[in-house]
Amino acid sequence: MAEDVKKIMFTVRKPPHGSIYVYEGLEVKLIMAAYDADISVVFIDDGVFAVKKGQDTKALGIKGFAATYGVLVDYEITKVYVDRQSMESRGMSEEDLLVIGEDEDTEEPITPQVVDSDEIAAMMAEQHNILAF
Amino acid sequence: MLHTVNKSPFQNTSLESCIRFTLPGDIILLLEDGVFAAQVGTSKSDLLESAMKKNEVYALEADLKARALTNLVPGVKITDYAGFVDLVEKHSTHAWL
Repeated sequence: MAEDVKKIMFTVRKPPHGSIYVYEGLEVKLIMAAYDADISVVFIDDGVFAVKKGQDTKALGIKGFAATYGVLVDYEITKVYVDRQSMESRGMSEEDLLVIGEDEDTEEPITPQVVDSDEIAAMMAEQHNILAF
Repeated sequence: MLHTVNKSPFQNTSLESCIRFTLPGDIILLLEDGVFAAQVGTSKSDLLESAMKKNEVYALEADLKARALTNLVPGVKITDYAGFVDLVEKHSTHAWL
């Protein structure tokens, strides 16, 4: 990867469906994926609810975005992280996370990586830009 | 890094999360409803004081004045819009919206 490639992080801290933030954030990620940028996505606080598997928005009359999250890896967005404390304090575990793609070789499903806040803080410090949703 | 917090600490956990993800030497800027955290003698003062052991904390003057906040946690630095711009210019920023 060239040295001038921008490191761009997206932080998602809002819950899904109650506002447009998570959906809009996802749109921006997919747009940015078309450029040559080093993208990472971090789910913190209520943002972890956005990556809970089994979301069914049919009765709300909205499309939902769980399916779109399912192709993040196809868009070469592979650096997807969940803050452990946010997840655990909301009664979720790694098994509750939705699939964001599958491994090219093994076809094993890929889920977001659960990390601690100090790892996220260190990653934040390396970014050129951080976009908050 | 510069972390901005624009929500009241009495309303949500943005400030707490911000503090959890700051590295020593990072700067925290309180603005809009975030400035309520700068008051001394509240249930959130201890939270801010804990952050100030490893981080400089600024509060935006216009927002303090608009909310009649004068009695601040000792050590909180007051800045104006020009100072805000200087901070943004010098640091990469994350907004804890």
